[in-house]
Amino acid sequence: MGLFSSRKTIFVDSDVLVIGGGFGGCGAAYESRYWGRDLKVVIVEKANIERSGAVAQGLYAINCYMGMQWDENQPEDHVRYARNDLMGLVREDLGYDIARHVDSSVHKFEEWGLPMMKDPETGRYQREGKWQIMIHGESYKPIIAEAARKAATETYNRIMVTHLLMDKKKKNRVAGAVGFNVRTGDYYVFQAKAVIVAAGGASHIFKPRAVGEGMGRTWYAPWSSASAYALPIQVGAKMTQMENRIVLTRFKDGYGPVGAYFLHLKTYTENVNGEEYESTWYEDTKSLVGDYIDRHPVPTCLRNHAILREVAAGRGPIRMVTKEAFKDPHKETVGWENFLGMTIGQAVVWASQNIDPKEINPELTTSEPYVMGSHATCSGAWASGPEDYAPDDYQWGYNRMMTVDGLFGAGDTIGGTAHKFSSGSFTEGRIAGKAAVKYINDLGRDEPEVDETEYENLKAVVFQPMENYKIGRNEIVGGTVSPSYLLPIHGLQRLEKIMDEYVGGIGTTYMTNEWGLNKGLEHLTMLEEDLEHIGAEDLHQLQRTWELKHRHLASVSVTHHTLFRKETRWPGYYYRGDHPKLDDKDWHCFTLSRYDAQSGEWEMEKAPVHHIID
Amino acid sequence: MPTFVYMTRCDGCGHCVDICPSDIMHIDPVYRRAVNIEPNFCWECYSCVKACPQHAIDVRGYADFAPLGHSVRVLREEEKGTISWKLKFRDGREKEFVSPIRTTPWGSIKSPSDYEVPSIEALNDQELAHEPEALNIAALPGPPPPMKNKKRKKKS
Repeated sequence: MGLFSSRKTIFVDSDVLVIGGGFGGCGAAYESRYWGRDLKVVIVEKANIERSGAVAQGLYAINCYMGMQWDENQPEDHVRYARNDLMGLVREDLGYDIARHVDSSVHKFEEWGLPMMKDPETGRYQREGKWQIMIHGESYKPIIAEAARKAATETYNRIMVTHLLMDKKKKNRVAGAVGFNVRTGDYYVFQAKAVIVAAGGASHIFKPRAVGEGMGRTWYAPWSSASAYALPIQVGAKMTQMENRIVLTRFKDGYGPVGAYFLHLKTYTENVNGEEYESTWYEDTKSLVGDYIDRHPVPTCLRNHAILREVAAGRGPIRMVTKEAFKDPHKETVGWENFLGMTIGQAVVWASQNIDPKEINPELTTSEPYVMGSHATCSGAWASGPEDYAPDDYQWGYNRMMTVDGLFGAGDTIGGTAHKFSSGSFTEGRIAGKAAVKYINDLGRDEPEVDETEYENLKAVVFQPMENYKIGRNEIVGGTVSPSYLLPIHGLQRLEKIMDEYVGGIGTTYMTNEWGLNKGLEHLTMLEEDLEHIGAEDLHQLQRTWELKHRHLASVSVTHHTLFRKETRWPGYYYRGDHPKLDDKDWHCFTLSRYDAQSGEWEMEKAPVHHIID
Repeated sequence: MPTFVYMTRCDGCGHCVDICPSDIMHIDPVYRRAVNIEPNFCWECYSCVKACPQHAIDVRGYADFAPLGHSVRVLREEEKGTISWKLKFRDGREKEFVSPIRTTPWGSIKSPSDYEVPSIEALNDQELAHEPEALNIAALPGPPPPMKNKKRKKKS
């Protein structure tokens, strides 16, 4: 330990430890404080909660709001919608739970100062679509962060959490987490009675379309580095639906959102010849997925599928017809402010390329795949459901607790609950926060304890990449090429290439098969070995190293899940060429995995999909 | 770059370093001013641009696909509660937009501990903080309505 003895270790005691200060984490902190007035609630965040997470640059809509006060929708309607969009497979118990609570979160947002657009005739929130309401959300995150900061006992910014810590006495029980301060290099040991993982999903595990400077303009934030998955996977928590990656149809290059354009501005898409194309592919899609194509609204993946087929037939690109709508100055303003409120980069692209949608119908593209749990997809941890109605095999104690005792999750972390978005993630954080307080109350004096050997060993592991660099750097004159270490960007680019070519990225038009997936796993194993030789020049590169390691572990999980599910459930998201059709007989189920860190083995199993709503 | 910093305007205050979600705004050790150290991890989220008291940070669109000559400038005024945008196209056309950002004073949100302490028993109920009042309906919905067609329940 001589090499590391100069690094300070800082111990932080807590009752509830919230990892990640995005929407899930802010909701978790708020609710933990409400129910646990005397508890120590700690938020740890790798950036600054004022502008961290997926909502850092703002949002122009809240995509999950029932409107129960006006009888617009009921929670069960939202479950039907999400189930339909995900081709039948969602945790209906978890989805219903978010939907029944979400309106109270949104009403608090308004009370806190979030500017809501109102329908001038009814005075109700301005609907963009059936589930979406429109906001002026430039400061959506700073407002929510203010509430979270007031709720938390302490907020630690700029600390990257690398590992969870397990209890010294009881097996399969969490006791805290470790990480490092990216500014000071201090090592942090957090002891906790309950841990809520509310970290981000995964961008940059598949090769992005832009590979130069523009690689930063991913659809999901480049700082969403899969910690949502890697942290629970490392300690053996079961994961679900990790194969259910998402591909987004968005405006070309900037990945600017299309929701407001379709729903509010009533723009529509056409092929390069100005023709409607979705009906062309109706029979083709039906031959793959049966009557799922007849459902309304048409599932997101199937709309992607029609685009991919049309482009492959030589009639691309698909374009958004904006010229008509943008003649209305109000709609033009909404169209631009929609970008400026949440994807400024798209406004930059259009300004730079002289694209004024009043005069030009802009191009759309399909993005590289992402793995996350809060949009039109539902990868994440397998979690216990609500006490009052979850089916028995979905319930093992506390709401939103994973299969590890005391380990809770929210937002991207929790699987099976698509379409929660910002408001639903915050709400899920609240659900987890209350459950964590209940768990702590029930613990009594049976408190978990961190293991000194474990956190001391991890200290060496966490800072090893800086040692690798220091030693290896002396061998070479300069530059980025070393025989003994790889830089984090090298490892990231290899990861993205493996995933792209073998696991169904843009390079194969989202196609993969058993041989390719096994080959991908072989390469991922070699990459895992090489990740022991990453060289980090400074603390910033150390952060990039641990982001890469988290992305890698999530990618291995994605690949195992994709291999296990022998069907093509979501054409338009990815295709198993060797099992090209949807197969409800064998695969109307969830896929579950458990990673054993000791043996390195992945156990796969099926879990039933219980339909509790008509 | 995507974000870059004008040498003559930056005074090295570090607000951008403090706010950047991607940890790419750093202080250059020689010039003691901010610099984007990793442009390919910039999301063009404008958090640093909005936070800069000197208006020293701007964005030049990603070199892969954004031709030069454009600009998207922003002024965020917390006291006024507005954000103002000015877009300039490569061909010189301009567009301006102003939106509200907040309807209440900054710092005015009540801590959850400022509300009445809930009962211990309520911890076992399904209601979250402020429910059912904050739902604006009489009661939190209980379990989902019973299934009419039990056949759909699948045991796989």
